[in-house]
Amino acid sequence: MFRSVARISSALKQNKLQNHLFQKWSECAVVTQTRNVSEESKSFGLNLFRGQAHGEQVFPFPEVLNEEQRDNLQMFADQTAKFFEEQNDALKNDLLETVEPETMEGLKALGAFGLQVPVELDGLGLTNTQYARLVEIVGAHDLGVGIVLGAHQSIGFKGILLFGNDEQKQKYLPKLAAGENIAAFCLTEPASGSDAGSIKTRAVLSDDGKHYILNGSKIWISNGGLAEIFTVFAQTPVTDKNGDTKDKVTAFIVERSYGGVTNGAPEKKMGIKCSNTAEVYFEDVKIPVENVLGGEGGGFKVAMNILNNGRFGMVAALAGTMRYCVHKAVDHAGSRVQFGKSIHTFGTIQEKIAQMAIRHYVAESMAYMISANMDQGFKDFQIEAAIGKIYASEGAWYCADEAIQILGGMGFMRDCGIERVMRDLRIFRIFEGTNDILRLFVALTGIQYAGKHLKDVQKALKNPIGNIGTVVGFAGKMAKRKLGASTGVDLHNDSNVNPELQDAAKKASKAIEHFGGTIDQLLIKYGKNIMHEQMVLNRVAEAAIDIYGMVCVLSRASRSLSTNVASASTESAMCQTFCEEASVRVETNLNIAVSDRNMKTFRTLSTISDEVIKHGGCVQEHPLGF
Amino acid sequence: MSAGMRIIVGCKRVIDYAVKVRVKPDKTGVVTEGVKHSMNPFDEIAVEEAVRLKEKKIASEIVVASCGPQQCQETLRTALAMGADRAVHVLVEPKDFAVMQPIHVSKILAKLAVDEKADLILLGKQAIDDDCNQTGQMVAALLDWPQATFASKVEKDGDSLTVTREIDGGLETIKVSLPAVVTSDLRLNEPRYATLPNIMKAKKKPLATKKPGDFDVEIKSTQEILSVEDPPVREAGQKVESVEELMEKLKEAGFVKS
Repeated sequence: MFRSVARISSALKQNKLQNHLFQKWSECAVVTQTRNVSEESKSFGLNLFRGQAHGEQVFPFPEVLNEEQRDNLQMFADQTAKFFEEQNDALKNDLLETVEPETMEGLKALGAFGLQVPVELDGLGLTNTQYARLVEIVGAHDLGVGIVLGAHQSIGFKGILLFGNDEQKQKYLPKLAAGENIAAFCLTEPASGSDAGSIKTRAVLSDDGKHYILNGSKIWISNGGLAEIFTVFAQTPVTDKNGDTKDKVTAFIVERSYGGVTNGAPEKKMGIKCSNTAEVYFEDVKIPVENVLGGEGGGFKVAMNILNNGRFGMVAALAGTMRYCVHKAVDHAGSRVQFGKSIHTFGTIQEKIAQMAIRHYVAESMAYMISANMDQGFKDFQIEAAIGKIYASEGAWYCADEAIQILGGMGFMRDCGIERVMRDLRIFRIFEGTNDILRLFVALTGIQYAGKHLKDVQKALKNPIGNIGTVVGFAGKMAKRKLGASTGVDLHNDSNVNPELQDAAKKASKAIEHFGGTIDQLLIKYGKNIMHEQMVLNRVAEAAIDIYGMVCVLSRASRSLSTNVASASTESAMCQTFCEEASVRVETNLNIAVSDRNMKTFRTLSTISDEVIKHGGCVQEHPLGF
Repeated sequence: MSAGMRIIVGCKRVIDYAVKVRVKPDKTGVVTEGVKHSMNPFDEIAVEEAVRLKEKKIASEIVVASCGPQQCQETLRTALAMGADRAVHVLVEPKDFAVMQPIHVSKILAKLAVDEKADLILLGKQAIDDDCNQTGQMVAALLDWPQATFASKVEKDGDSLTVTREIDGGLETIKVSLPAVVTSDLRLNEPRYATLPNIMKAKKKPLATKKPGDFDVEIKSTQEILSVEDPPVREAGQKVESVEELMEKLKEAGFVKS
């Protein structure tokens, strides 16, 4: 294994592979365009990269449920919670490495398998916000069950919901909604993980043109051993208008009943054990041509849209997990006595509990901000959804970790429950787009958007007289930044921000301006080559995550203050504390992103890594010499 | 009664069993605002029994009723989602609700049973909030119908019901002629979940809103609450080494005559 790593590293040095990677990133950029990144987007996240605070999506905190939807949801939520408290046994599911049959049947009867399928196709027709509220309950009780349900409807058949034609919907959705058929999403392959464009599975049109013949294998497919319906991505030869034939990814709806579909044994995993994960093999599977999903060659777009549309659900589920962890920690901290005092009176514990509560508040606010934006019909939420997934999966990990720390030895024991949560949580930073890839995605999508606007300025500079407005505007902004003056972001004067939060909003405004300035600087410094500076991009993404978090809690806490709910003062305190701490982090990260000294450190890090790789492990000799 | 029984089931909205109940600072009651409520678990069992009787074609119609604030409609909708046919909500104003007692509910249910020509009234044996265990018995008395309380098994037998009751030290089987009042014990059945699709469908089922006056009932306070207190905190026990020491301690505390 070590040797193969060394081989990869030397291959990386070859230009050919670098060019290949470059091409991949360009493809990534193309995809962002197909994802409706319009020239003038309303996305807060995108416009942040231009140093602007677009408030339309985020202020005031969106409320999208009408009275009936709210009433229904309340009853759904009560019954779902009841089911999970009384019927589902997460520890037992974990031990058995399967969802208990009775629970599985109960979930089907409950309607949990067709939450967003339209009512006329036997589903519950839930909005994204309603869906979020229910998966939040699932996430608080059993992430493994969450994956069984999520792999089925959040990705397994989401393609049919989003891209299916009427016949496909009528044919497949009713049985899927009832849980009579289980669905799975088949993208990942042994040699194709984050780089989804490189899949090897192929489908070729039969001679009579009625079928595609599918061959290949997929790994780590959630529900792979249970599913009857698969959304499969495969290369198909596509001929363009110039007559050139090239392999392009196409999405297919594949039924197990077609024959030639088999699966491996369930994988042994660290967590989410009750969910089924298996390899799925396709051998000369005959797929009727009408089962193409989203058009021939449109598979990459289908895949990205499915993942993009599903991410908010993970944010909500993980907000539920965080709530559970806080609850567990508080339960213990409130009753455990040491040194003659309840441990929650000690600063060490107080800091932990407050930080957990704040992270939960941020993640929860992001979850319902994103789901509401989707329900409002905004199409640009890809940056926000990716930020939410990153923040919630890392926040939940933090909360589980600290909850165990507060519980001490008790938390380490299986029966306590958080031990399982910790194992279950680990995968959330990996699947559906690793957090590392998503960070680059956030930074590059945003930079690309900002870059387009910068290009307009460059174009205008060629004819400064004719485009005097653009040029003066840009020059003015640059000059102001040089002098350290504000470029006009004034969240603190927004009427939707409560006066009590003005200081916090000022910090956010400053962070947004600093962010925009940094992006301009990076674009000027690196141009297109910024895409090769992953260590810089990661700092940019980190700052974007913090800023989005600030805006979400500013919006939510403002609403709570204006409606004067009982928790308003605590929410205000959490918001202010988060903004205070986040603004410091933003400043640090943005300074690192442009500093020459840090660039030197980044280069050194690369060198160290190269050495370690070359060595096949740690480079230095053991301190004892043997 | 060949057409099948008409059943009325009482559904009380109570603080959820999992909630840690807190006493109000002024000691006039417990905190209910912002606290999760749900259907009284014994009433849930009663609804389930009625639905099973209907599934066995022994019952023809199930009417569920609840007396209380607006939110009782959620409780009723849960019962409708479990399989009841229609609901009657007796809306009680907050000031009346504060003093409402089992006698008022009993009178309302008795009148409702007459109006609806009910053959059977199924109730929970008691509500988990006030633990009164009175309503079933009083309804039977008001109507002069036979009663079978604490039922753990209910079977139709011609024009009567054979009911197994859980009593101290064993089971008692009795036969009551219809119409009758039956109250459910814990082991009568395991209630089903109101599934989400059924909750949606239940929205189309009729729910009538009435007032206590519609049943000629006036809610007048019959008692005054002097004080509601938290249960005393249990004092730590102590270990003794021998029987002699134990006797000594008991004598000291005055539990055993010396």
